[in-house]
Amino acid sequence: NLPFFITCLVVLKIIKHYQEEGQGSEVVQGVLLGLVVEDRLEITNCFPFPQHTEDDVDFDEVQYQMEMMRSLRHVNIDHLHVGWYQSTYYGSFVSRALLDSQFSYQHAIEESVVLIYDPIKTAQGSLCLKAYRLTPKLMEICKEKDFSPEALKKACIGYEHMLEEVPIVIKNSHLINVLLLDLQEKSTVADKHELLNLSSSNHLEKSLQLLMDRVDGMSQEIVKYNTYCRNLTKQQQQKQQYLQRRQQENTQRQSRGEPPLPEEDINKMFKPPQAPPRMDTLLIAGQVNNYCQNIKAFTSQNLGKLFMAEALQGHSS
Amino acid sequence: CRSKPATARIPWRPALSFSSSPFVIFLHFLYKIMAVHGPLVKIHPVVLASIVDSYERRNEGASRVIGTLLGTADKHSVEVTNCFSVPHNESEDEVAVDMEFAKNMYELHKKVSPSEVIIGWYATGYDITEHSVLIHEYYSREAPNPIHMTVDTALQSNKMNIRAYVSSQMGVPGKTVGVMFTPLTIKYIYYDTERIGVDLLQRTRASPSRTNGLTTDLAQVASAAGRVQEMLSTMLSYIEDVLSGKVMADNSVGRYLMDLVNKVPKITAEDFESMLNSNINDLLMVTYLANLTQAQIALNEKLVVL
Repeated sequence: NLPFFITCLVVLKIIKHYQEEGQGSEVVQGVLLGLVVEDRLEITNCFPFPQHTEDDVDFDEVQYQMEMMRSLRHVNIDHLHVGWYQSTYYGSFVSRALLDSQFSYQHAIEESVVLIYDPIKTAQGSLCLKAYRLTPKLMEICKEKDFSPEALKKACIGYEHMLEEVPIVIKNSHLINVLLLDLQEKSTVADKHELLNLSSSNHLEKSLQLLMDRVDGMSQEIVKYNTYCRNLTKQQQQKQQYLQRRQQENTQRQSRGEPPLPEEDINKMFKPPQAPPRMDTLLIAGQVNNYCQNIKAFTSQNLGKLFMAEALQGHSS
Repeated sequence: CRSKPATARIPWRPALSFSSSPFVIFLHFLYKIMAVHGPLVKIHPVVLASIVDSYERRNEGASRVIGTLLGTADKHSVEVTNCFSVPHNESEDEVAVDMEFAKNMYELHKKVSPSEVIIGWYATGYDITEHSVLIHEYYSREAPNPIHMTVDTALQSNKMNIRAYVSSQMGVPGKTVGVMFTPLTIKYIYYDTERIGVDLLQRTRASPSRTNGLTTDLAQVASAAGRVQEMLSTMLSYIEDVLSGKVMADNSVGRYLMDLVNKVPKITAEDFESMLNSNINDLLMVTYLANLTQAQIALNEKLVVL
């Protein structure tokens, strides 16, 4: 997967948008603008979407977007809509809404991506910005809009093959480099160095709570699927029994010389149970996987820090 | 520009930078010592990045770009948090600014962040021209006491001089009144997350293609540990120098060092062992649970497909 380029302006704007408008578990979203250069995506600017509030129901998102892009075109900013960004709360972003939005973007522009910005992880010491794209297999399924188990089985989609991560590379122009140099000279030292902070229990608690919720949801889906399977087999058995009884009755009638009973439509009598949609299960599985990955990364970091603390203690004692 | 090595955080006064023309040196000096009678200007880095970006995208033939500054103002300071560029045409004797555009953009921006107001305007370039006075007048109608910021993107003095001014009337009452721009102090402020983002962006300066990927988690801790090691070795060499008499001892630095050494908590070996072990056990258990969950859902996947 070819990495794509992003400029420093976009990074700073996304950070600022969340910081100012998205406290708590609110999700902030915005649009990414850029261009495609030799089949490589370059994201050069972005603008935020206002929050959905109840008091302005007449707010027209499409109009806002159109006006914004028209204005930006006047000042020579790339106006190609190449993707969108969203903030996340402890890594929970694998949802139906994300899938639908990303599908509509990718349908229009093949290389479009969704940037997921994790502000809580960033506050812990290092920028956490990931880019995802739907796999081609999933694009096919979404196009057909057929989420039944048979179709998914045919396409062999597991929860790991839903989203693929695209590596990000930050690319700056020379002038921005001069600016960064200037900033570094003039700014005071940061007084909070979070990366080597040892406290971990708060973050772990939250992550595990979210994981538990999802696992509960997962088990509910599994139970639903199990009951469906059981119902299906029971129905098959009932069908067989019915057919057998019919056969018996028919042979009896024949032996008695009476006309056989008319063939009844089996399928109308035994309506097959509705297969539960598999998409939700897949999404939940994907989300659980994501949580687990994040937790593992977090614990490995903390283990490293604990060993460092041990070394420090060992020297001084 | 050569990149600075990671220095120890020992405060010392920066040397004055010198540029070619003596007049510029004088202005620079004057700017540093002039008393400031205006509000303190706090700028976020996103504003500067946006200005540089719009300068890079300017129309053919335009020598500078202007735009509106948005932010919040209180009694003693002005915080600039956002900006957008405004198309304008400038020639020898006249200047035309697209005010419709400026109003529209401001409305759009207000929808996202209703707390940001127009607090001034910016222009790239080093000097303040007569056209600037006219534009400043227009902005005075939009905001009370607007500030004017200049960013020298042409790097006239080998540096990107970022200045802010506020205008005041001058002259004899009754006769023609002029406008004087008085300089203000600038401070760069960051949100915590912005700081972390900028630290990452700084690393692109080191690579020749000006690129930088985002690293994985354990590698980040390793690089942070590396940075701490560098800082410690710098400090150690400074201490050696002081001990051998090469450098004068500075009491305030000595006090910082004392603080640093005392910050490592004094815990008995057994207590520390038990704390360390319980923490490690917690983390290992969570890792085990996470792995178990992942194995479970993978298994479930396989079973359903059967």
